[in-house]
Amino acid sequence: MPFSTLSELKTRLDAGEITAVEIAKSYLDRIAEFNNELNAFVDIDPSHVLEQAQASDAYRASHEPRPLEGLPIAIKDIFCTQDGPTQCCSNILKDYHAPYDAHVITRLKEAGAVLVGKTNMDEFAMGSSTETSAFGICRNPWDTDRIPGGSSGGSAAAVAAALAPAALGTDTGGSIRQPASVCGITGMKPTYGRVSRRGIIAFASSLDQAGPMTRTVKDAAMITAAISGHDALDSTSVPNAPVVDWLAACDQTDMKGLRIGKPKEYFIDGMDQGVRASIDAALARCEALGAEIIDISLPHTNAAVAAYYVIAPSEASANLSRYDAVRFGHRCENPDDLLDMYTRSRDEGFGTEVKRRILTGTFALSSGYYDAYYIKAQQVRTLIRQDFIDAFEQVDVIATPTSPVTAFKLGEKTDDPLTMYLSDIFTIALNLAGLPGISQPCGFVDSLPVGLQWMAPAWREDLILGAASAYENATDWVKSPAKFGGEV
Amino acid sequence: MDIDVKKVAMLSRIRLTDEEAAELGPQLSNIIGYVEQLAEVDTNGVEPIAHPHDIAMPQRTDIVTNVNRRDALQAPAPKTESGLYVVPKVIE
Repeated sequence: MPFSTLSELKTRLDAGEITAVEIAKSYLDRIAEFNNELNAFVDIDPSHVLEQAQASDAYRASHEPRPLEGLPIAIKDIFCTQDGPTQCCSNILKDYHAPYDAHVITRLKEAGAVLVGKTNMDEFAMGSSTETSAFGICRNPWDTDRIPGGSSGGSAAAVAAALAPAALGTDTGGSIRQPASVCGITGMKPTYGRVSRRGIIAFASSLDQAGPMTRTVKDAAMITAAISGHDALDSTSVPNAPVVDWLAACDQTDMKGLRIGKPKEYFIDGMDQGVRASIDAALARCEALGAEIIDISLPHTNAAVAAYYVIAPSEASANLSRYDAVRFGHRCENPDDLLDMYTRSRDEGFGTEVKRRILTGTFALSSGYYDAYYIKAQQVRTLIRQDFIDAFEQVDVIATPTSPVTAFKLGEKTDDPLTMYLSDIFTIALNLAGLPGISQPCGFVDSLPVGLQWMAPAWREDLILGAASAYENATDWVKSPAKFGGEV
Repeated sequence: MDIDVKKVAMLSRIRLTDEEAAELGPQLSNIIGYVEQLAEVDTNGVEPIAHPHDIAMPQRTDIVTNVNRRDALQAPAPKTESGLYVVPKVIE
């Protein structure tokens, strides 16, 4: 059962074949057995999980089940939850207990979900490998000497190893899609503004978006349907955003008439040739399903990483100024004065990568450099967004590799921050443009998973859910989970 | 580019040890060196955007919706007294 999809668990619950408590116990057993090796969860309270499952079973006994009734969902440590700690895998928030639930957490509770623990992540979501976590590295269930991707690496590893059937992640520059890709699962970043950011610890406010990490495309649609919608308390949450029936889109079995754009800038010399071969084979399969593959260009793609590493750190340097040791978070011992308290608390509390990003952002925003870096990056952002608008005049969706490489070795890129930044080369442009994207499994290179990335125009999650579902139905990749723990 | 990392750190209100400054300084120069490729992009007449969507941010009705949760909100603070946050003395 652990490797069941959310949809399968829902069917069995609805048929009365199993209870939410039985499901919760089976995943708690796996967490107890395997989490020490993976470190996918940084906090887990089994009795609280069972209480929620019992409450769900009780609710079901006297009500129509809600959309996610009794289904366990693991939560990235970036989401504020009133129950248990919310630490963003940072020492500056060690033992922090949020006084309120994030909007998406409220929505999941209202949908009847059972929230499971807090998953490991790069500190403040800054990283591509979950190696910057203050609470220890996380391992990839396909090969425990390798990274699970990041920053939502704990969520990806938890789902891939069936320690949970699904998880929530956040994606600022690829932090859902890239770990989903290297852990062989499905992950979706919705359109910016689709999901409320309230109660999600802010990294880069104009880029951050929460989304599902699941075994299948339909499971991703189920969670997205539950968490999306306008929140009056988040000014960037968009009211009356168009919604097409996402679950119905997931019934798609062919791609007749679908125009798929293949951007030349995403098939570069430096990429792994095995990854390229997997993507080419996937696109050939799409063609066989009736799609038309159209060569396109997104000409400003090469500037996306540079624009991102100005914009994201600039926003981060502003957002993380709130960690001032006054209202919450770590305070140093015996500060001499206010300045000493600020500077020493922040030095002690933030890890090196977070400091690097704050310094980069502070520099880019500082007097004399603001126009050359920050304004320039925002102009390039306009051009990147326009590239997509132009491309979607010719095609319905765009397909690319999610990552140029499969999971790399732990420690391989930690000495060179810039090389690590380039891990996100294929995922970043989508965040800058605010568009929806999905990564789904599409093959293996040397027994490591490869991810296929789909992109769509704003608010057209239905198009990529449909295309990804048709591809999933026509292939067996999701039926080949990580054989972690020797049981499938 | 030669960046005074200690100055940038002070603007960021982060005290760096000498070892940290020695490590982070060259890395910061590398990162800034990388993003300087933005200068090669022709952005003449291009409007900067701070947000992906061309929509005005909606305004809420101006009514009080929050309740007094001072104790809960101050519970995570390092130090409070009588409902106030306590910090080192700032006025002589």
